[in-house]
Amino acid sequence: MSDIRVLVGTKKGAFILTADGHRKEWRVDGPHFGGWEIYHIKGSALDPNRIYASQSTGWFGQVIQRSDDGGQSWNPPGTKPEDLMGSDGMPAGQSNMFVYQGDVGTHKGFANEPQAWSFKRIWHLEPSPTDPDIVYAGAEDAALFKSIDGGASWKEHPSLRSTKGELWQPGAGGMALHTILLDPKNPKRIYVAISAAGAFRTDDGGETWKAITNGLVSSMELPDPEAEVGHCVHRITLHPSRPEVLFMQKHWDVMRSDNAGDQWTEVSGNLPSDFGFPIDVHAHEPETIYVVPIKSDAEHYPPEGKLRVYRSRTGGNDWEALTEGLPQQNCYVNVLRDAMAVDTMDPCGIYFGTTGGQVYGSANGGDTWLPIVRDLPPVYSVEVQTLP
Amino acid sequence: MIRVVIPYHLRTLTQLTGEIRLELEGQATIGNVLDALEQTYPLLCGTLRDHTTKERRPFIRFFACKTDFSNEPAHTPLPEAVLEAREPFLIIGAMAGG
Repeated sequence: MSDIRVLVGTKKGAFILTADGHRKEWRVDGPHFGGWEIYHIKGSALDPNRIYASQSTGWFGQVIQRSDDGGQSWNPPGTKPEDLMGSDGMPAGQSNMFVYQGDVGTHKGFANEPQAWSFKRIWHLEPSPTDPDIVYAGAEDAALFKSIDGGASWKEHPSLRSTKGELWQPGAGGMALHTILLDPKNPKRIYVAISAAGAFRTDDGGETWKAITNGLVSSMELPDPEAEVGHCVHRITLHPSRPEVLFMQKHWDVMRSDNAGDQWTEVSGNLPSDFGFPIDVHAHEPETIYVVPIKSDAEHYPPEGKLRVYRSRTGGNDWEALTEGLPQQNCYVNVLRDAMAVDTMDPCGIYFGTTGGQVYGSANGGDTWLPIVRDLPPVYSVEVQTLP
Repeated sequence: MIRVVIPYHLRTLTQLTGEIRLELEGQATIGNVLDALEQTYPLLCGTLRDHTTKERRPFIRFFACKTDFSNEPAHTPLPEAVLEAREPFLIIGAMAGG
């Protein structure tokens, strides 16, 4: 039976939760990088001992950390003596250097004024499914970076920002490229989602991009509700067996596309609120999806103070509340967009972390839940590794 | 030789304890000290100054001899007491406020 490793990024460090396949007795290890914000931490599917973490603070900026032993020890890539060395004897990699390429240009500022692209932090790391040394990074201000040397150095895909980037405008939470989906069947296809800019797709490995927003309607957020760019896409997800079928949690509305994002339809159905952040797919049932509704854009907490995960077994529209083991009164936490994940055990395990510092897990597809750990710092991200 | 103190989080990042002692080539200016620091400890690149512009990160402060050097240009020479290692060059994370 496989072991499970849950990687948790929080406001004040990273935590690693491990259990055997029964998923009942958990060991909590951390905090790693205590005191630093860990926006995201994710392992390579090819080499589960290879884990990448985005570490940052407002004071000291961005650091990329890498583990090659499953999270027991960490080093920023390219800074150990045996790593890449330049001709002057100094480490050649600069693992925390993210530079916008080419004619950088501007995006819109809050007052519609032109504003130069400025790197703030890495929101998401996406290791390649085919090479543990290849990893993508989603940045704020929105851009896509790629490393081919295990995170020691990074290069931008600048053409993404050419997709009407001059019209992109940050929301209050920042203009972040927060979701990166790598098509497991087509190495040239990548989907990304950007807060307050939309969703985009490349079919040529990042040389060119198109906005994939047909069918998205943002009547309360944009002057033109069906504009090509500007939609606040909170999260997109797919099942690896059907990478052309996408599910989206938008700033209002849960959406579905059956053609790689060329057209979207709303599948909010009977949800108590269609506002939320995370969305995920059951590991073995491509039509079973999960969301965590919160009350509204102005009230980022569960409706009625009840923490409910909603599951649809029909790819949307028909939703059921999953509540057993979750607090059903006086609960006013939120679940952030990167803070839910599934394992590949059978039955499928689902995990999510809250802004209140709890991490919940279900070993049966969401039918029942148990708190794995409470009282962590606010949880920013949750990823799961099913270890061989 | 210049004595330099860096913030707690950067000491844990670089696995350094206590003061850093730097040997400088050339004039002891704010910029030269930071250059020497980053060359000796490349992990600090980007954590004190922007990688490209070399501007001080907004929440970083430079103190020495009870004086705030944060807004001084990089070519500003450091006080004699720092050059003679009687006083350290302090790199501080600005207070978050309470």
